[in-house]
Amino acid sequence: MIWDWNFTLEILPVLAHAAIVSVEATLIGFVLAATLGLVLAVVRIAVPWTGWTISVLVELIRSTPLLIQIFFIYFVFPKFGLVLDAFTAGVLAIGIHYAAYCSEVYRAGFDNIHRGQWEASIALNLSAWTTFRDIIIPQAIPPIVPALGNYLVALFKETPLLSAIAVMELMQAAKIIGSETFRYTEPITLVGLFFLAMSLVSAVLIRALERLLNRRTMR
Amino acid sequence: MGIRTLVAMLAAALAVIGILATQAGYSLFMPGLLQGAMLTVEIAVLGALLALVMGVLAALVRLYGPAPLRWLATVYVEIFRGTSALVQLFWLFFVLPQFGVSLDAFPVAVMALGLNVGAYGSEVVRGAILSVARGQWEGCTALNMSRAQMLRRVILPQAFVAMIPPWGNLFIELLKSTSLVSLITLSDLAFKAQQMNQNTFKTIPIFTLVLLMYLAMSLVLTIGMRLLERRASAGLARGRAA
Repeated sequence: MIWDWNFTLEILPVLAHAAIVSVEATLIGFVLAATLGLVLAVVRIAVPWTGWTISVLVELIRSTPLLIQIFFIYFVFPKFGLVLDAFTAGVLAIGIHYAAYCSEVYRAGFDNIHRGQWEASIALNLSAWTTFRDIIIPQAIPPIVPALGNYLVALFKETPLLSAIAVMELMQAAKIIGSETFRYTEPITLVGLFFLAMSLVSAVLIRALERLLNRRTMR
Repeated sequence: MGIRTLVAMLAAALAVIGILATQAGYSLFMPGLLQGAMLTVEIAVLGALLALVMGVLAALVRLYGPAPLRWLATVYVEIFRGTSALVQLFWLFFVLPQFGVSLDAFPVAVMALGLNVGAYGSEVVRGAILSVARGQWEGCTALNMSRAQMLRRVILPQAFVAMIPPWGNLFIELLKSTSLVSLITLSDLAFKAQQMNQNTFKTIPIFTLVLLMYLAMSLVLTIGMRLLERRASAGLARGRAA
């Protein structure tokens, strides 16, 4: 028999527990990516001479595989005295990797702000900080929420990579079940179904959010 | 980023690799890593070919195929876009044998990556075809062209130009995803790095070289796609002017 329902029910709680770790890694990683990405994008505008450095840095991060970056943070950082546990190292790597992508999204958002908004802020003698906080960011963020949402989903789908440094997330749990019982069909299929379900649900949510934001900006 | 900056970055990356390769602490890792890089390139190229075929096929079927095939193509795209590449790789590697289909790690790697990127690619192809101006379709109808003629002579050549940049991004993703195949025992660049790291604990030189090698490969790809884009769109601009 290819599919065993009893076995499925038996492993479901183990996988559900591991799924929590996956979701945790996703949320912490995304908060890190969204914040760091915003900082990169703002610094690039506020301090013009950093522009070149930041674009090279972003290009470097985007051109190398996340898996290698995870290994790099997990294995190389300790050589410089910074020992991180697997979860922290993995989430940090994911956060930095996606910060590079997010910073480009924010940049597109800022580029879409009409020049007059900046000029008016200068004319009104607003400080750079006030301009960003009260004028630019409230206008720049809503249109890019769907793009950020897509990166959230992409980031979520990258969390199985954490299994490479033995973080107990979904994929790792499925692999351990598989190696203990020699049954891979159920655990790996369940993991796939879980990701599929989450992706489809989030696609619907992003579309709904997009519609909501469109309605608000149309008004 | 401008093409000049990219070329400068590539030159810098290659120069650093070259200089490091002459250093004692680095040189002994070079042969193994280069061997791994060869396999990485092989998987990336074959995967990209499969992705192109699947992308175009799935897009055309979804646009013009009969209902059951269209439905099948949609399921393919949703499954491969909705789950992560690593899960697909493991599924093909560990679960497929249970159904009596035992493949070596290499074909599994090419298949998983090609199918994964092909699913994303089909959306690119579909979008590009639909973005061709309505007048072009109407013109074809007016000229009494068959659907095949219309696609081959008018629509696809124009859609092709719009497809190049997104396909470039997908190929970069594919190249980076090849590092996942190290987890199903293929000795690509990432695998060699892991293996050497476990044997020698020379973590810094190994991972520095590996990052630079991936960077160089991505940059070659990015620059190549930029040149292709420039060439293709130059032809289009001429066509429009005439």
